[in-house]
Amino acid sequence: MSAPRGQQPATVTLAGDDLARDSATLEALWRDCPGFWGWLTAVDHKSIGKRYIITAFLMFLAGGIEAALMRAQLARPENTLLGPDQYNQIFTTHGTTMMFLFAVPMMTAMGIYFVPLMVGARSIAFPRLNAFGYWTYLVGVVFLYVCLFANTGPDAGWFAYTPLSGPAYSPGHRVDVWAQLVTFTEIAALAAAVNVIVTTFKMRAPGMSLNRIPLFVWAQLVVAFMIVFAMPAVATGSTLMLAADRAVNTHWFNAAEGGDALLWQHIFWFFGHPEVYIIFLPALGFVTPIVETFSRRKVVGYTALVLANITTAFFAFGLWVHHMFATPIPELGQSLFTAASMLIAIPTGVQIFCWIATMWSGRLRLATPLLFVLGFIFTFVNGGITGVMLASVAFDKQAHDTFFVVAHLHYVLVGGAVMPLFGAFYYWFPKITGRLLGETLGKWHFWLFLIGVNVAFFPMHVLGLNGMPRRVYTYLAATGWGPLNLVASLGATTIALSVLLFVINAVWSWMGGAPAGADPWGSSGLEWAAASPAPSYNFLHIPVVTSRHPLWDPIAERPVVTGLSTTRREVLITTTFDARPDSLHQHPDASIWPLYLALCMGVTFIGSIFTPYLVLVGLALSLIGIAGWGWTGTRASGPERVATPRPVTEGL
Amino acid sequence: MHSFFHPGSPHANAVAHLWWWMFGVGGAIWIGVTLVALYAAFTRRGSGDGLVEPPAAEHRRIERVVSAATFVTILILAGFLVYDFSVGRALAAHPQRGLTIDVTGHQWWWEVTYENPDPSRRLVTANEMHVPVGEPVQFTLRAADVIHSFWAPSLDGKRDLIPGYTSSFWFTADTAGVYRGQCAEFCGLEHAKMAFYIVADPRPRFEAWLKAASQSHQAPADPTLAYGERVFLASGCATCHSISGTQAFATVGPNLSHFASRSTIAAGTLTNTSVNLTRWILNPQVVKPGVGMPAVPLDSGPLTALVAYLESLK
Repeated sequence: MSAPRGQQPATVTLAGDDLARDSATLEALWRDCPGFWGWLTAVDHKSIGKRYIITAFLMFLAGGIEAALMRAQLARPENTLLGPDQYNQIFTTHGTTMMFLFAVPMMTAMGIYFVPLMVGARSIAFPRLNAFGYWTYLVGVVFLYVCLFANTGPDAGWFAYTPLSGPAYSPGHRVDVWAQLVTFTEIAALAAAVNVIVTTFKMRAPGMSLNRIPLFVWAQLVVAFMIVFAMPAVATGSTLMLAADRAVNTHWFNAAEGGDALLWQHIFWFFGHPEVYIIFLPALGFVTPIVETFSRRKVVGYTALVLANITTAFFAFGLWVHHMFATPIPELGQSLFTAASMLIAIPTGVQIFCWIATMWSGRLRLATPLLFVLGFIFTFVNGGITGVMLASVAFDKQAHDTFFVVAHLHYVLVGGAVMPLFGAFYYWFPKITGRLLGETLGKWHFWLFLIGVNVAFFPMHVLGLNGMPRRVYTYLAATGWGPLNLVASLGATTIALSVLLFVINAVWSWMGGAPAGADPWGSSGLEWAAASPAPSYNFLHIPVVTSRHPLWDPIAERPVVTGLSTTRREVLITTTFDARPDSLHQHPDASIWPLYLALCMGVTFIGSIFTPYLVLVGLALSLIGIAGWGWTGTRASGPERVATPRPVTEGL
Repeated sequence: MHSFFHPGSPHANAVAHLWWWMFGVGGAIWIGVTLVALYAAFTRRGSGDGLVEPPAAEHRRIERVVSAATFVTILILAGFLVYDFSVGRALAAHPQRGLTIDVTGHQWWWEVTYENPDPSRRLVTANEMHVPVGEPVQFTLRAADVIHSFWAPSLDGKRDLIPGYTSSFWFTADTAGVYRGQCAEFCGLEHAKMAFYIVADPRPRFEAWLKAASQSHQAPADPTLAYGERVFLASGCATCHSISGTQAFATVGPNLSHFASRSTIAAGTLTNTSVNLTRWILNPQVVKPGVGMPAVPLDSGPLTALVAYLESLK
C-alpha cells in the first residue's frame, strides 16, 4: 500500500492467491450462472439491484395509472367513471403501491446496487439474503395485483384504520390482502437494511473511515437503521394483531371487547412517519453527489450533512402523533409532537442551505440531473413549509385529512423523493447500462414533470382549505370544488406525459444510447472507478481510500489492495470505524434456495388468509429451504498464501 | 359556508390568522430560497472539468452564511411554536355554560341529540343541527361503528369520533348562517356522501326551532297523509326509522320526526324535494351505492302518499 500525504501504511495481511489478477478469471468466479436457471439463482447485488429498480419502477407506473384514474374520476363533480367500490380499491392500492411497492423498494434497491460499489467492495454482505429479499418483494407485488384484478383489492386505505379494517366492517379478504402484502415488503426491506448496514460497516475499502463514507452511503446506512426500528412496528400491527383479529377472532382493536381502536393508529404511525423519512433520506443521498459533480466542487458542510441525516432519523421517530391531532389525545402530549415536528425542519433546512452554498460557490453545468435537483429544491421547500404549518395542532385540526394534506405529502414525496430519484436515474443510468440517457428528452421530461407536479398539486392546497376531504370518490357541484379539481387533473396528465417521455428515453438509450465509459461526468465516487456497467466482481483490485473524494485525488494517489483469492469468492472485511483490513470472508455462490424460501413465505402468508393450517405447511416447507440454504455453501477453496498489497498507479 | 377562508367563529378566525401568518412568512421563505437557488444556477454556470476550490477565507464565509441561515430558521420556527401554543391554549379554554349537542357518527349519517332534563323533550334528529348565535355550544362526539370525523371548516377544526372514546369540543358561531360540514375520516364506501349542516340562528329563532322540533306529531287529519302514515308503518320503513307520535321508534336509521324541516336527504346528498325523495325511496343504491337503506318498491299511489306524508313532517 502506498502512503500518500504522510498516511501511515497499514500492514495488510491477506490470504489468497497472488497470481496475476486476470479479469476473466474473476468474471468466471463471480458471475451468476448463465441461462434461465442462472437468472433464477442470481445473487450478484447488481443483478438483484437492477431487477429491484425495474420492478419498483413498474410499480411507480402502476401507482401512476391508479392516480390517473382517480384524477379522471375527480375531474368533474358527480362523475360516474368509477363507483365508490372501485375508487376505494384504487386509492388504497395507489397508496399501498407507492409507499410499499415503489418508494421503499426503489430506495433500498438503489442502495443494494450502489452501496457495495461506493464503498469499494466486491459484493454485498449477504448476497443470498439479498436475492431472498427481492423474491419476497416480487411475490408481494404479484399477490397484490392478482388480487386487485380479481376485484379483491384492499379498500380500507393504505393506513387501514381499525375498526373499518377489522372483521366486522371489512368482511371478505380485501384487507387480508393488504395486511399480508405489508408483511412481504417488511421482510424485503429488513433484508435490504441488514445488508446495507453490514456492507457499510464491515466491507468498506481500506482507508474509508467513517468520516470518509460518501453521503449517499450515509443516507442509506441511516435509513437501514430506521427500517430496522420502524418496520417491526407495522409488522406487529398488521401481521400479528390485525391479521389475528381478522383470522382468529382476537380483539386487539375491538373497543366492544376491551380492545382499543386508537392503538392501531399509534402502531401504524410509529412506523408510518419514519416511513416518510425512509423514502426521503436516500433521495437526499442522491442529491449530494449530483450537486458535487455538476458544481465541480466538494460539498459544503460534509459533517453537517451527516449529522443532519442522523438527527432527522432520531426526530422521525418522535413525530407520529402529528397524524393523530384530531383524536382525543391530551393537548399537552400533542404540543410535544408539535415541537418535534417543527424541530425536524432544522436539519432539513441545513441540508438545503449546504447544497445551495455548494452551487453558489461552484461552477455549474446544468445537465439534467442537476435540473432535477433544482426542481427538487423548488418543490420540496414548499412541502417542507406546509409541513411546518401542519405541525401546528390548531391548524392541523383544520387541514388534517383534507386535500391540503394530499398536496403537502405529494410536494414532499414527489418533490423530495421522486425528483431526486429522476435526477439519480439520469446520473447513474450510465453506470448501470453503460449508456447515457438522452439529454434533450431529459430536459423535456424535467420541465413537463416540474410543471405537471405543481399544476396537479398546488390547487389541492386551496381545495383542502375550501373543505374538500381526502379519499372521497366524488363531490357535489354545489361545493364549488370542480374547477380546481379539473386543473389538478390537467396537471396529472402533464405528469403522465413527462413520465412517458422518460420511459421512451430509457428504453431508447438502453438499446442505443451514447456509450458512457467508466466516468462520464467526472465524478468523485468509487463507483465511477469501475467499468460501466460494473463487472460481476466490481473492482479488479479493491481500492484503498485516502480521502472523501477518491476519484478527485491526483491519479498517483490511488493505491489498491491486492492478494484476494481468484479461486474462491473472497471479500475483504475491514474494521467498523477506521476501515483497517481485518479479515477475509468467503462469499456464497449462486443458489436457488432464496427463491424457494421466498415462495414458502408466499405459501405461509397468503395461506394464512384462508386457514391457519397453511401457515404450518409453509413453515414446514421453509425448514427444507433453510436447511438447503445452509447446506450449500461455497465452491472449494484454493491454496492459501499470504500476500502483501502492492501499489498500482492507475486503474483499479 | 364551507371554507377555512370564511371563518364564522372566533376559533376558526384565530386559526385562520395563525395560518395567514405562517403562509406569509413561509411563502417569503419559499420565494427567497428559490431565488437564491436560481441565482446560483444562472450566474455560476461555466464549463470545464477542473475542480473549484474556494480559498479558505471564502470557505469560512460560506459556512458562516449557512450557519446564519440555520439560525434564522430556528428563530422563525420558535416564533411559530410560541404563536401556535398561544392559539392552542386559547382554543382549549372551556366555557362555563352552554348548550350541549350529542353527535354520533354512523355509516354514513350523523345522529344528533339535544339532551333535556325532561325526557319527553329530548330531541333526536339527523344530519342537520341548529345552534344559537353568539353562545358557546359544546359537542359530545361518539361513533357507532367505525371512525368518523366531524368537521365544519368555517366553525372549527375537526374532531375524530372513535368507537370506545367520547370526545368533546366547543365553539361559538358568531355569524348567523348555514354552515356545511362533512366527514373527514375515511369511513368506508360512502365516506364522500356524509355531510351535515349547522344552522346558526339568533336565540329567538333557535328557541322556536327547538320548541317545534321537540313536539310529537298528532295523527294527520288529511286522508292522503293518514294513508301515507299507514304506508310508512306497513312498508318496512319503521323497521329502521322512527317518527315521534307514531308506532315507529326504531333507531337503526335517521330519526324522521321532523324530516320536512331538513334541507337535504341522505346526509347532504340530495336537496329535500318530493321528486328527490321519491327517487331516494325507489333507488337509494343508485343515489348512494352501499347505503344501509334498501330500495322500497312501492306503486305510485302509496308512494305519492308516503312522500306527501314525509314532506308534511315539519
